[in-house]
Amino acid sequence: MGQNGAGKSTLIKILTGVYPRDGGTITFEGRDFRPVSPGDAQRKGMSTIYQELNLIPTLTVAENLFLGRAPRRWFGIDWRAMRRKAEEILATFDLKVEVDQPLGTMSAAVQQLVAIARAVQTEARLIIMDEPTSSLDSHETEVLLGIIGRLKARGLGIIFVTHFLDQVYQVSDRITVLRNGAHVGTYEASQLSRLELVSQMLGKVPEELEPALHGAPESQGPAVVAAQGLSRRGVEPFDLTVHAGEVVGFAGLLGSGRTEAARLIFGADHPSTGTVNGSLPRSPRQAIGQGMAFLPEDRKADGIIPDMSVRENIALVVQRKLGFTLSRAQQEKIAQEFVTKLGIKTPSVEQPVRLLSGGNQQKVILARWLAYEPRFLILDEPTRGIDVGAKGEIERVIHQLSQKGLAVLFISAALEEVLRISHRVAIFRDRKKVGELTRTTLPEVMKVIAGEEKPSPEATKSAGEERNAP
Amino acid sequence: MRPRNLWPLVALAALLIFNMLFTTGFARIELRDGRLFGTLVDIFQNGAPVMLLAVGMTLVIALGGIDLSVGSVMALSGAIAALLMTEQGQSVPVAIAIALGVALGVGALNGALVTYAGIQPIIVTLVMLVVGRGLAQTLTHDQKISFEIPAFEFIGNGTVLGLPFPALLVAVVALCVGLLLRKTSTGLYIEAMGGNPQAARLCGLRVHVIRILAFMACALCAGLAGLIAAADIKEADVANAGLYLELDAILAVVLGGTSLTGGRANLVGSLIGAIFIQTLTIMLQMRGVITEHTLIIKAIVALAVCYMQTPAFERLARRLRPAEGSA
Repeated sequence: MGQNGAGKSTLIKILTGVYPRDGGTITFEGRDFRPVSPGDAQRKGMSTIYQELNLIPTLTVAENLFLGRAPRRWFGIDWRAMRRKAEEILATFDLKVEVDQPLGTMSAAVQQLVAIARAVQTEARLIIMDEPTSSLDSHETEVLLGIIGRLKARGLGIIFVTHFLDQVYQVSDRITVLRNGAHVGTYEASQLSRLELVSQMLGKVPEELEPALHGAPESQGPAVVAAQGLSRRGVEPFDLTVHAGEVVGFAGLLGSGRTEAARLIFGADHPSTGTVNGSLPRSPRQAIGQGMAFLPEDRKADGIIPDMSVRENIALVVQRKLGFTLSRAQQEKIAQEFVTKLGIKTPSVEQPVRLLSGGNQQKVILARWLAYEPRFLILDEPTRGIDVGAKGEIERVIHQLSQKGLAVLFISAALEEVLRISHRVAIFRDRKKVGELTRTTLPEVMKVIAGEEKPSPEATKSAGEERNAP
Repeated sequence: MRPRNLWPLVALAALLIFNMLFTTGFARIELRDGRLFGTLVDIFQNGAPVMLLAVGMTLVIALGGIDLSVGSVMALSGAIAALLMTEQGQSVPVAIAIALGVALGVGALNGALVTYAGIQPIIVTLVMLVVGRGLAQTLTHDQKISFEIPAFEFIGNGTVLGLPFPALLVAVVALCVGLLLRKTSTGLYIEAMGGNPQAARLCGLRVHVIRILAFMACALCAGLAGLIAAADIKEADVANAGLYLELDAILAVVLGGTSLTGGRANLVGSLIGAIFIQTLTIMLQMRGVITEHTLIIKAIVALAVCYMQTPAFERLARRLRPAEGSA
């Protein structure tokens, strides 16, 4: 277990020979273990199933199972034997699928199981699974966890990396926690409470009292955004109301559904049920028309237009207000205004945005939305991967804007940051919104994230009242 | 900063200077019957279809797409106009309007299949390349349709103030598209979609509409080019009209420095590229190079000009420069 950047993936890659180690020893089955490549590790009995499956979706299930070691006849591959064996192997996993069909047509769970079957087939004695359940639904997850239990009974060792607390306790005998590239501790699962686990991962002692939420803002306006029963595969239905001048934080571990929930409100993903301000969110365009803005989590993939200038990147949304004809001078004026206001470090507004540092790119995207003067601003991890100075400036801007009446939804993996900035916190666990807290402290939030304690009745009640308010 | 269109311009200038010096009769321009004649005029007259195609192709490529169907759309629009004027006895404006309308329809279909069905542009337009010419051949029963209609022929070989009408048409279309790209939000949106489609969607751009409109604009340019080609030779030749011209158009855009990965529209560059290709073609004809060799030489020159725009060439140039200085 461990937060983003704890070093889980790096450790796995060292174990399996993807990266060379700088020091230390690996002992596997009592012997010194020095894999030179993942293939080598696999031959020596250590198989890895990565988050992104390293199978070939266009080949059939059987071909994937036997890739590189297909049963042979005197010439070529013995296809019939291969199919028969594939069916036999998958039957031991209670899996009945057409082994002649391309793997890519199968569900994520089947693909995951085929990967595991392949690993077992290569006579693996240790299987490492890096977040195998992150793309599975709850039923598929159950199937997978059941199979992990059976593999354990067969005498295989399993390293199971996940962000889901429930699953860890369901399958693990021992839990190792990593944080910021260091080993924090290894515990018997039965001896480690959920709260202790969360505090080990976050590096926070629950007894720390600061920071705490400030409660409602001095002047809270009317509701700007009211979401009701929003859901989609991977997010259980949730309600949320945000008022003018209020900052609502989303807290939860990675994969808890906080980003997915925000994307549903903005229409970036299509919700299967629910409404925002009375209608089903259809598209970001519709949301923007209602005065919403969304700073996405992955600034490279979803945010910047890398080859465009700072000016063009900032003008992209506000151009809608400026009209069909485009005035370069007008764009320059707006871009220049925000470069000054947010302290964007760039030689000129004509600089391609890809040449800016991460923090300055983030400020450009923030400028893009602020230039549009939204009423509701969603910030998904606005401070990730940027330096402390830029972080502070972004926090300051958020605070100023909310005082002027902007409604803000703030998402961050850093709990103390969420508590410092927000007036109210919605907490997500295992793809579900589990509660809202208005007056709280860090240990309380951690307890709710860990699932040890229901939010106090008082807090739940106040959240409920807000929802019922006009 | 390096000027945007440096290398395409250098290549074109080099080609023109070479011809002025070594190709006899290349630089001669005469005024006869109020009309300019000469090779330089022919470049614009004969190159008009490819230049039009390049203008439309620039929009689609800037979006991150490609349109292989433009040559077939040329054949289709020429055939429809010719059929309407001869067999149906329609007036010239009606024939032109319907031919361009059909071209727009093909473009809309291309765009809709790409954006709503999610099929790759190269596949959709490859299908349309086959279907478009097939449809034209069916309509005309695979016959050439000749006509003698001066008002229509004017599109292909008329002159205004001594200048060939097709060249003026190109200038007007290019100016309109240029203004659209630089002076309206359209250019910003097209380049944003080509640069990062995900981000463009999250910025609330109407990505579907923009994509369909770009394909329609490209097809409209192709339809216009088809009318010019037919009017120029006074017949609709469905088997040969626009044949392989999609390749010339794509080449012109690439020569002009627009990346096939999308995100930047360099209209002036595309026009320079189209002029370059036409100059090369005419030069090889004048120097008596046979057609088969022409294709090979064009290919080599195109490869060289494209290579000049790569980072690899810039590194090479940087390495050579100090060596020259010390020598």
